[in-house]
Amino acid sequence: MRYGHPMITTYAVLSEGLERRFGDVHAVRGLDLAVAEGTVCGLLGPNGAGKTTALRLLTTLLRPDAGSARIAGHDLVRESAAVRRRIAVTGQYASVDEDLTGRQNLRLFARLYRIKSAAARVDDLLDRFGLAEAADRTASTYSGGMRRRLDLAAGLIRRPDVLFLDEPTTGLDPAGRSLVRDAVHDLRQQGTTVLLTTQYLEEADQLADEIALVDRGRVAHTGSPAQFKSLIGSYAEVVVAQADAMVRAAGVLDRLTGSEPAFDHGRHSVGALTTDPTLTLPRLVRELDAAGVPLLDATLRPPTLDDVFLRLTGQYPGISPDTKELVS
Amino acid sequence: MTALVYDGTAMVGRQLRRVRNNPGLAILTQLMPINMLLFFGYVFGSALAMPGREYRSFLVPGLLVATAAGGIMTGMFQAAQDSHRGVMDRFRTMPVSRTAVPVGQAAADLVVTAVGTVPLLLVGLAVGWRVQGSVPEVLGAVGLLLLFRLACTWIGIFLGLLTRSEDAAGQLGAATFVLPLLSNAYIPTDNLAGWLRTVAEWNPISAVTTALRVLFGNAPLPRGAAWPVAHPVAGSLAWCAVLIAVFAPLAVRHCAHGER
Repeated sequence: MRYGHPMITTYAVLSEGLERRFGDVHAVRGLDLAVAEGTVCGLLGPNGAGKTTALRLLTTLLRPDAGSARIAGHDLVRESAAVRRRIAVTGQYASVDEDLTGRQNLRLFARLYRIKSAAARVDDLLDRFGLAEAADRTASTYSGGMRRRLDLAAGLIRRPDVLFLDEPTTGLDPAGRSLVRDAVHDLRQQGTTVLLTTQYLEEADQLADEIALVDRGRVAHTGSPAQFKSLIGSYAEVVVAQADAMVRAAGVLDRLTGSEPAFDHGRHSVGALTTDPTLTLPRLVRELDAAGVPLLDATLRPPTLDDVFLRLTGQYPGISPDTKELVS
Repeated sequence: MTALVYDGTAMVGRQLRRVRNNPGLAILTQLMPINMLLFFGYVFGSALAMPGREYRSFLVPGLLVATAAGGIMTGMFQAAQDSHRGVMDRFRTMPVSRTAVPVGQAAADLVVTAVGTVPLLLVGLAVGWRVQGSVPEVLGAVGLLLLFRLACTWIGIFLGLLTRSEDAAGQLGAATFVLPLLSNAYIPTDNLAGWLRTVAEWNPISAVTTALRVLFGNAPLPRGAAWPVAHPVAGSLAWCAVLIAVFAPLAVRHCAHGER
């Protein structure tokens, strides 16, 4: 707790009514966000929801048209220089210099952050992110995953108060994703606040303490991953042998889940969302069998982003009467 | 100010490392004027009223200045590349002096230019170009050349940040090839049609080229030329001052704010 009284929650990121337009496109329209210090917050939303614009606003790259925000206790607009001293950014847009080697990149950033005797720190990061062997090759020869890892290492060259990660695992293989996960957990241990964007509920669940669902430029819902999951429950889906059995299967699903089943006629499948914790896969199969449904396949899977959106905003992501406002 | 010097030095180091890691483009850029010296000097030179050796002496300062004008293209390309690739965005999220990025680029370019011009000078000496001016005159000529390069680089940096596209930089860069053709860099302007002569002599390249010819002792002042060519040193200084005063602040402003 560096900015306030120990008993009072202090917010590393606190924004009120942030807005930004690009011509006709209202990319961010009234973003209210409160991220408690030392926590990890995941901005969850589909492409075009305004997540990246929100991050560009909060990292001083864009000037808001309206609203205000404080980052690590400093006003985003009036004290942008102080904000930049407290944050680090890594992700889709803040990139590295492709004409420099991995080592040269990290040394340059260390120098610009005024880190004394950075050589050891740079070697350590190169090692940790699996870039030691490629350290003296120019970044232009790196694979996409290696570049993302270098980008992440560049963001961690000094421990920031607030770290912004824009879709940190996009383009990474499973090993790379677990590096990101470990890095986020380590930073959180050391007291860094992390704000990351993602399109995957599962990833937000793994990384974040708090999820903010972003829909059309504003925060539609916030809660812990557990709250999100209990709110959405899981998705039961069954595939039947003949088309005429779909209605019978839907009747069983309706009775068990209490929510309206959705049909996929092409695959002979019926599915429904459930929040009932007693609904297990064996019970689902038993009930369907008892009703004489010729089952081919049955699954109970965690909800996807589509399910979350359907439940919390009443529509699938990207579908809106004024779709123009979603494109960005 | 201390931050600018510190960050600026780091940025100079960055640009020099980029050239060292990938020297191909810099070498090609410097080979071009050497080829032109040999082609123009021996092929065109044989068709001109001037004797070949005299034309080559006339041509070397012109090529030096034309190459310096290439700073528009180099500056534009590098700045566009930085903005396009997003490394500029990273700098903008860091506590880095806003001015350091373009200042570092311009300063590093001067170092690369100073080194890169040496082969052209050596080939020039080999084909008959001679330096006849005094030491202060020659130093003055070198200083003017670098000052002009700096002015052109600032124009380029501004245009590169404005277009943010490497393709646009390439296209516009090719267009800058025409600029020295409309000056006295390759041909004397005395025989050009009235209005064309005026345009060519108000081209900054003409003033700087004439200043170099006079200071190196390669050719006398042309008669009846427009003011910048008739007073080439003052004319060159004035041109450079105006260009830097206009484009350096524009570029710095653009670099600091980006698309904000």
